[in-house]
Order: sequence, then structure tokens, then C-alpha cells
Amino acid sequence: MTSVAEAERPVRRVPGGTRRRRVTDHGAWFLVLPALIPILILSVGPLLYGILLAFTDAQSGRTQPTQWIGGLNFRDLLQDTLFWESFRIGLVWAVGVTVPQFLLALGLALLLNQDLRLRWLARALAIVPWAMPEVVVGVMWRLVYNPDAGILNETLRDLGLGDGRDWLSGLGTALPAVIVVGIWAGMPTTTVALLAGLQNTPRELHEAAAVDGAGAWRRFRTVTWPALRPVALSITALNLIWNFNSFALVYVLTSGGPGGRTRLPMLFAYEEAFRYGQFGYAAAMGCVMVAAISILLAVFLVGRLKGGDDT
Amino acid sequence: MSAGRVMRSSRTGRAGQYLALLAYLLFLAFPFLWLISTAFKPPRELGSLHPTWIPKDPTLANFRQAFDEQPLLDAALNSLIAALGAALVAVLLATPMAYAMARHRTRLARAATGWVVVSQAFPLVLVIIPLFLVLKNLRLINSMPGLIMVYVVWALPFALWMLVGYVRAVPRELEEAAAVDGAGRLRTLVSVTAPLLAPGIVATALFAFVTAWNEFFFALVLLKTPEKQTLPVVLTHFIGAEGVADLGPLAAAAFLATLPSLVVFAVIQRRITGGMLAGAVKN
Repeated sequence: MTSVAEAERPVRRVPGGTRRRRVTDHGAWFLVLPALIPILILSVGPLLYGILLAFTDAQSGRTQPTQWIGGLNFRDLLQDTLFWESFRIGLVWAVGVTVPQFLLALGLALLLNQDLRLRWLARALAIVPWAMPEVVVGVMWRLVYNPDAGILNETLRDLGLGDGRDWLSGLGTALPAVIVVGIWAGMPTTTVALLAGLQNTPRELHEAAAVDGAGAWRRFRTVTWPALRPVALSITALNLIWNFNSFALVYVLTSGGPGGRTRLPMLFAYEEAFRYGQFGYAAAMGCVMVAAISILLAVFLVGRLKGGDDT
Repeated sequence: MSAGRVMRSSRTGRAGQYLALLAYLLFLAFPFLWLISTAFKPPRELGSLHPTWIPKDPTLANFRQAFDEQPLLDAALNSLIAALGAALVAVLLATPMAYAMARHRTRLARAATGWVVVSQAFPLVLVIIPLFLVLKNLRLINSMPGLIMVYVVWALPFALWMLVGYVRAVPRELEEAAAVDGAGRLRTLVSVTAPLLAPGIVATALFAFVTAWNEFFFALVLLKTPEKQTLPVVLTHFIGAEGVADLGPLAAAAFLATLPSLVVFAVIQRRITGGMLAGAVKN
């Protein structure tokens, strides 16, 4: 279908095409500018400014002018073991959330793509976490994890699985507990994206494979997955980025505690900038985070694309 | 015979599917149900070592106490202003740009799309420090206009993405027919394109509204005085310095803060999934 549309268009445009094109280009500028100016001032500008700040000794509430200090922030950062610990936690968190999130969401999307009864209700319920403020999600799970009044410990006690524990302040349990919340919170976006991808898979091909006697797993591997792969790749890449940069959830759940066990890089940089006023140093952390994300994504995408050639 | 076997196996498969779906829905729903349960429990039950799902003695006292402890009404009003302002301005700015991006393949539109994608990758901390400094120089720290400006730019990527999908869904032929009938460019846009686009614009505005209503990080940094703060920031005040929270009022306030987003989401639910579908098909 698309090929037909593409073949038609140039033919239609040929008569007097060039003049009309130039006029529409001017029109496009006019249409684009109202949104472009705020984007330039409040998005592109601050980002470039932020990168520059990383090479200065900018601090909040200082009277002397800020100065260029070259790579000094980065050199300090290299020796900042606390930051690298936070960085490691950030990576564990990002991967620990993104991978289960993808698998769980894929399962849910496959279910929601079936002709089940009450599918509309399930679809509506499945995106509820998306509608919630992140702060409320954090508050909600604090109530679930609460050592005394929380439902988790009560359920464990009912099942005879011990007395439960203080999940969010235990040194060993805090990070896993927070990761579960992260998975929960990101399920809807991932599910909806994958569901959208699933509806793209050719139904006839699916039926043909079923008639030929291919089992569910075979059909998934040979028919569904190839069609789903582009969507799966992009949503996983986005999830990695979003999760690595996440802030509000963990801020509300643990504020980075206990003893820094859940201090994600964003929390670390936030404290550096707005509690201690070290703007330049925090900006340098931001730069390192961008670099890390870029490398992570490059590795992920290259690996995936190569893996795709084999199948 | 083989048909019968397929039937039977598919029937047990069905049952398994319903079970799995039920498990998913329970996982997704139980924290919210627990929040509601906690919000209606009297302090005595909250202190009990054996909490129950359904409050034995449901009460509204937590809600009253929540309003007494924190300026929830002011906060809700602030959130409403910020979210409405952000939604309106974002849609006003994004609609023309989305139209240009969908209809003309100019270099500018392509660069804008690229930026929308790239900007997603940057950690907010790299944006917030310069924004803080810039807004401070403009005396827009701790002010609604400043926050709204930030929200608008922050909502633009997704708004653009949704709107481009909706514009593409409006057949170009309709516009061309109007042009052939002698309607000018503006006339065509106002009386042909706009009405067809209206539902999409409303959905996008509502989405921007929810995003701004739920936002926390920018509000935390940019709003300093309690009477200016939005609901998510005020909610965190219920949690004390040592992480000790007054559970009842906290749950009650959190429940109230969620309601507007839930209502809006219920309204646009189909459109969001639909918009995502359109976007995926186009790619």
C-alpha cells in the first residue's frame, strides 16, 4: 500500500512543482518558529550552557565572578569514589529495571493482543501507573513496604514466610525494593509501545504459520518478533535512558539511603548542585552521565543490530 | 480428531491466558488499592500489627488532617494553573510546527525532530542548573510563569510527536480540494484542517496537562516558598526528615492528587494508545 502512495506522489507534483515548493518552505518557517524559539532558549541553550558550566567553578550565591578552570572538575570527579559508587548503582538500577520491565511488558502486550474477554478493561487498567504522579507512586510503595502497616510484610506473615523486614532501609534490600517499583512504574509505556508494534505484525502470516503446524514459540520467533523488533529496540533504548536519568521515584522512596545504597547519579548531582551549591561540579557529573548513556546505547544498539543478522 | 485436540489445548491455553492476565492486573493494581485502603483507615488501625485490606472502621479523618497539616488547596490551585498554562501554550506552539513537520519535509523540520529525540537523552541535571541561573536572572524563579515556560518546552517533544501523527491522518486531498475550490491557505487551515484535527489537539493538550500536573523535579528546584509549590512537592512534606511519615494523611493527600490525572487519562486512554499506534505504523 505504501509503495503505491509513494509512486503516486511525485507524478502529481511534477507540474509547476518548483515554485510551489519554495513558497511552502517559507510557510514552514513561519509555522515552525513559535515552537522553535522556546526550544532554542529553554532547551538547546541551557544544554550548551550546562556543558560550558562543567568547565567553570560556578557556585550558587557566590560574589566573585566564576572562572574557567578547564578540566579540573573532571579530574576531581575521577577521584570521587562516592560518585563512581553512585554511578555503579545507577547502572545496576537502569539495567535491573529495563530488562525485567521489557520481558514483563512483552508478556502483557502479547496477552492484550489476544481476543480475550474484558480486554478493554485490562487495557485501561494496565496504563493506570502511567497516569500517576511519580511522587504518588513513591508514596504508594512506601505504604506497601512499610514494616508494620505495610501489606507486603503482612502477606509474608500470613504465608508463614517470616516476620518480614524494613525493606527500604535494609542495606541489602533497599536497591532491589526500589528496582521493583521502577519496573512497576514503567510497565504501561513499554506495554503500550509493544502492543502498538504487535498490531503491526501481519495476521495472515500468523495464521498461515499456525495452519502449517508451527507452535506458539515458533510463531513468535519467526513471525511476531521480526515485526516487533524495531519497536522493541526503540522502547528499550528509551527506557534505558529514562531509567538512568530517573529521580523522583527514588527521591521519595529512600532519598538515596540507606547509606547511599540507592543514591542514583541524578540524586547525587541534585544534592551537589542544590544542597551544596556546586553548580560547576554537578554540571560535570551531568556531562559524564551523558557520555555514559551514549556509550551504553551505542553498545546496546550495535550488539542488537549485529544479533539481528543471525536470525 | 486432530481438530478436537487443537480445540482442547487451546481451551486450556485460554484459561492460562486469563490467569496470567489476572496476575498482571493484580500486580498493577494492588499498590493503588492499598493506598486507598490506607487513606480511609483510622490511626488505631494504621498502628495495628495486622493491617487489613478493607478498613474495619472507615473514616474521612485522614483527609481533614491532610488539609490541616499542609496547604493542599493552594498547592492544588498552583498545580492547576501550571498544568493548564503548560497545556494551552504547548498546544498553541506545537500545532503549527507539527503541521509543518507532517506536511513539508523541510530541513528545519527534520532538525527539530532530531533535536526532540536527542534532548531525551540528556539528564535533567544538565538542563536544570543553567535553567535555574537563566530564570534567576530573569527573576522568574519561584514564579508560575517561569515554571510554565519550562513545562511547555518539556512537553513539546511528546506533543509534537502526537500531533504529527494526527496531522498525517488528515487526508491531504481534502486540503487540496478546498484550494481548488478557491479557499486561501488560511481559510483552508481554519475551516478544513482545524475541525478534523480538533480531537487530536484536545488529546495532546490533556496529555500535556497530565505531564505537568505530575511533574516533580523542576517544581522542586524552581519553586522555593511553600505557598508557591505544586502538589507533588507539597506531598513530600508529609514525609519527615527521618523518613517517618504520618501514613493516614499522606495516603489521603496522595489519593486526592492522583484523581485529576486518572480522570483525564480515562478520557484520553483510547487516543493515547491510538496515537502510539499511528506513530508506530508511520515509522
